[in-house]
Amino acid sequence: MKTKIAITGMGIISAIGNNVAENLKSLEAKKHGISRIENIDTKLKDEIFVGEIKRKNQALREELNLSKEDNFSRTSMLSLIAAKEAIKDAELNLDENSSIGFINGTTVGGMDIIEKYYNDFYDKEENRHYIHIQDAGSNTNLIAEHLGINQLVTTINTACSSAANAIIFGARLLQSGRLEKVIVGGADALCKFTINGFNTLMILSDEHNKPFDENRKGLNLGEGAAYLVLETEKSALARNKKPIAFLEGFANANDAYHQTATSAEGKGAFLAMKEALKMAEISPSTVDYINAHGTATENNDITEGRALQRLFQDKTPEFSSTKPFTGHTLAAAASVEAVFSILALQEQKIWPGLNFTKKIKELNLIPQQEVKTQKIEKVLSNSFGFGGNCSSLIFSRSH
Amino acid sequence: MNTKKCFINGMGCISAQPTFENSFLENPQIPTNVVDFEVVKPNYKEFISASALRRMKSGIKNAVVASSLAIKDAAIHPEKIEAIITGTAFGGRQYSDEFLKRLVDYDEEYLSPTPFIQSTHNTVGGQIALNLNNHAYNVTYVNSAAAFSSALLDALLYINTAQKSNILVGGVDELSKKSIERYRLVDHYKLEKDKNFDILKTSSTGCFPGEGAGFFMLSKNQQENSYAELVDVQMKNDLKVEDLNQFVSSFLSYNELSIKDVDVLLLGNNGDENFDYYYEKIENIFTTSENIYYKHLFGDFPTSSAIAFWIAAKILKDQHIPEVLYKTAEKSQQKTYKNILLYNQYRGKDHSLILLKNV
Repeated sequence: MKTKIAITGMGIISAIGNNVAENLKSLEAKKHGISRIENIDTKLKDEIFVGEIKRKNQALREELNLSKEDNFSRTSMLSLIAAKEAIKDAELNLDENSSIGFINGTTVGGMDIIEKYYNDFYDKEENRHYIHIQDAGSNTNLIAEHLGINQLVTTINTACSSAANAIIFGARLLQSGRLEKVIVGGADALCKFTINGFNTLMILSDEHNKPFDENRKGLNLGEGAAYLVLETEKSALARNKKPIAFLEGFANANDAYHQTATSAEGKGAFLAMKEALKMAEISPSTVDYINAHGTATENNDITEGRALQRLFQDKTPEFSSTKPFTGHTLAAAASVEAVFSILALQEQKIWPGLNFTKKIKELNLIPQQEVKTQKIEKVLSNSFGFGGNCSSLIFSRSH
Repeated sequence: MNTKKCFINGMGCISAQPTFENSFLENPQIPTNVVDFEVVKPNYKEFISASALRRMKSGIKNAVVASSLAIKDAAIHPEKIEAIITGTAFGGRQYSDEFLKRLVDYDEEYLSPTPFIQSTHNTVGGQIALNLNNHAYNVTYVNSAAAFSSALLDALLYINTAQKSNILVGGVDELSKKSIERYRLVDHYKLEKDKNFDILKTSSTGCFPGEGAGFFMLSKNQQENSYAELVDVQMKNDLKVEDLNQFVSSFLSYNELSIKDVDVLLLGNNGDENFDYYYEKIENIFTTSENIYYKHLFGDFPTSSAIAFWIAAKILKDQHIPEVLYKTAEKSQQKTYKNILLYNQYRGKDHSLILLKNV
């Protein structure tokens, strides 16, 4: 018997808002969060656009009531803000729910702070305490401690699909009966390490990103964090908590083609979507909206597009990539977009893909460009990462 | 619930000991004057093409070799592998440090993509999938000392529910000079060369850093050459020492075992005087088991539990424990080793229990 996975809470911070309500407002108003970078002094600041959260670390620290001696990186502070909102939304009392799990996704971990003090560590003692959090897991452990979670805690890094795999593992832990509730998602802050890394790959656009456009020029990096509270439907029912949505299907497949490029036909993407539909026991025609990975790189959009056309034949449902709003938030992307997918189900609205002007020649795919109200029962959300990691999630409406 | 058993059908291990040639149990090497426990290098060229080798640092190389050995050992066709699950806390740390150093020293100039690509944790799992042309489920856990146990737990969930039959799972981490330097600044790592073999007697903080890779083919089907059964994995992020008894007892009773059923207790002592009391405490609970340790021979790294897992499976198959692993000189004469329990934690966090049973 399949355990039904209910989503009972969500939280988010991104370039388009500090919480779920603000993100919703921006989506509805087609208000993007792409700008020049302000918080990081990088040489690339006049060459790239980013989805930056316009709040300094000090402001985040104050909001969270953290002291200067705390070891929180920017990534972890974003985590705390979004996770706390999700916990509140789910009406969880962590003291009473000590058996709750926490599965975090991050690629940056403590790098944003390590790169900042890199040369100081040897000479000065004052920032050395940050060395404790130079690996990703130590950041998650710190977040867990701050939230009061001490049971099953782990971290996933599958690059840009990290949060999707955190959601998948969380769901499987619920299905196995090992947990009743689990907080899942991911976070990444902008940092020089990633900005320069993506720059060496020559996939950063010097314009606002335009997914699925013939003249797309690459991606804009973003930062953010988003978390969902997953629980068994039984657990939600037992405490009279109405789910905000359900996770109906999920799958992870590997493209096994190249570390940073996807296969021409998008094999991994196709497999992930197909398997997720199979698990949800639904046919492609019942999907009402696809929140695509759509990074606006040359490679991703053509291969994801081909995989979409292969799976949905000539009947691809309404789709868009919301990365023109937030930028590509890497390890957080799948959970940021999970929140947007759930908002689509709640509001019965399809979110627009901004900046689109010209269809990719080879494809018959035109993303939705307006906020469109229509009946939405099922949303498919894609996240693909380096290392060939492809994951798809299917969310359904809570009635 | 009809739970499927999970068997270890193949193993590959690269470490500071001769685990590669499989001779460790008979011929353990006593480290002398070692501060950082580097791996005994296999002949990588036998496993990896020269052009690929040029781009690879030690972690990914060791993982590729260890996973190849495990697959060969289990005599399974790579197409039948239904999941590739990796645990690595540091990922491509050498490249990560290299990229970071250039970034800072040259003020964001002269950077190349290879160190960036190879620095990310999931490069290992991605590379293995690439080599095997395997499109299956592929995920990478990175949570410090819980990275390998998370990977094992993920695999176990799939096998127990029979959703997947054959899974490649492993743990890997590599040493990197710069990271070691930084960790030394905050007392994660020791410096006293002469004492490394006597980690039980050191009165200092931190551990001796090591590296290695252990990969395993897990299956719901028992084979003639199966090493052991993976019975269960339990993780607890944070644990007060006074709650250790409860943690262990509930784990054992869930698996319908008592304290006395545990024949061998394999402990993660690393000589850190601030945290090794967890192991003292658990030894007080298990008074009838043979208590052994291994990090004095391998050094410590976040996924060193993969080495412990390899040792435990070997012991169960060979029914032999090398003397050098015993914590005390006096040891009881066991008839058969049936159940081995692994307990590990790092700096008071990421506690894990892994239970193996003979087949």
